[in-house]
Amino acid sequence: MDRPLPLPRAITVVVVTVAALALVLSFRVVPHIQKGRLAAVRPAGRSAPAPAAPAPAPSKHATTNASAAVTRRVTGSPIDTQYGIVQVRVTMRGRRIVSIANVALPFDRGRSVEISQIAGPLLRSEALQAQSARIDVVSGATYTSNGYAQSLQSALDRAHA
Amino acid sequence: MPDVREVMGTAVGVDVRWHGPDAAAATEAVFAWLHHVDATFSTYRAGSDVRRLERGDVALAECSPDVARVLRRCETLRAETGGWFDVRARGRLDPSALVKGWSVERGARLLDERGIRRYCINAGGDVRVGDGPAPGEAWRVGIRHPGDAAAVAAVVELRDGAVATSGAYERGAHVLDPHTRRAPSGVLSTTVVGPDLGTADAYSTAAFAMGREGITWLLGLPGFAGMAIHDDGTVVSTPGFDALRVS
Repeated sequence: MDRPLPLPRAITVVVVTVAALALVLSFRVVPHIQKGRLAAVRPAGRSAPAPAAPAPAPSKHATTNASAAVTRRVTGSPIDTQYGIVQVRVTMRGRRIVSIANVALPFDRGRSVEISQIAGPLLRSEALQAQSARIDVVSGATYTSNGYAQSLQSALDRAHA
Repeated sequence: MPDVREVMGTAVGVDVRWHGPDAAAATEAVFAWLHHVDATFSTYRAGSDVRRLERGDVALAECSPDVARVLRRCETLRAETGGWFDVRARGRLDPSALVKGWSVERGARLLDERGIRRYCINAGGDVRVGDGPAPGEAWRVGIRHPGDAAAVAAVVELRDGAVATSGAYERGAHVLDPHTRRAPSGVLSTTVVGPDLGTADAYSTAAFAMGREGITWLLGLPGFAGMAIHDDGTVVSTPGFDALRVS
């Protein structure tokens, strides 16, 4: 019964050992993972707001010329939610968001009122935060199908176009 | 300004920086394609190919050829990730974790085919960009702060690439460890940057499901980079990610 190990199996064993060793070695030489602490990118110098540009005449037309310090209002597309339509309007001076107003938030039912009160400020703060970090778009875990999260994303994207 | 619409159960923004006459038509084509994908792959619509296939009402051959294509890719990804990416992790057929990224990737190709190169598509937090928004510029992609919807945890500059993030802060814990069927612990979010959004999306799902080991796994994937945020506030990232990071 004590037959010698068949050659092919011996080769397999050697190959597997070498492969395992290579794996260990290659694991040692892989670049280090960088470690840091979680920090939130937030507007710098909140207490010292950027100097306002000379107040130009408000333009009624949205312009894609972002470098000019022209005040313009960008209205987000209405998002149809199960609670009603959500829509925001962004006022920009040059590339800066000056303010965000709610064009439409549902408020005709008890639950809607509650959600509007939460969602309204949330929409405004997220868009304002993101612009301060000069971001075109935000990657995150899938936004819920809830219309509020959607309109929030809509406001963000439009604000940075 | 991106055109933002509701499709595939989320908000999709298509931002085309192209002032030719074809830009609007191209954007329409992208949305038409995504609606078609939703009708085919939706796990919510009883009449979708995926739901009918799952019920046994139709055979795979009777479905759109894209269904077989996607399921084959899912199977490859399951093998590539050692079972961590599993479209049956919840016990039923749900290829959504690949479909969103895959369909946006194909949508981006619709723009490329029209010669439109400057674009940014955001499908509910999964991002695919082409050339920068303007000559000499790159798209600045923020990675959402997991604990604060009003902030980002990092910013990367990207041209012609994809960013996908999986995490437990939206939709509850929708990624499960396919081995334990439980939500992974120790990690709040995992972000993957790569050349194609379908794969980046699947890899971010798999890496997130792996918990804290996910980032080490990502390190071994050529062409992909990543960042994970642990629940103790530690941020770990691969050198490829740090090379793109500007904030």
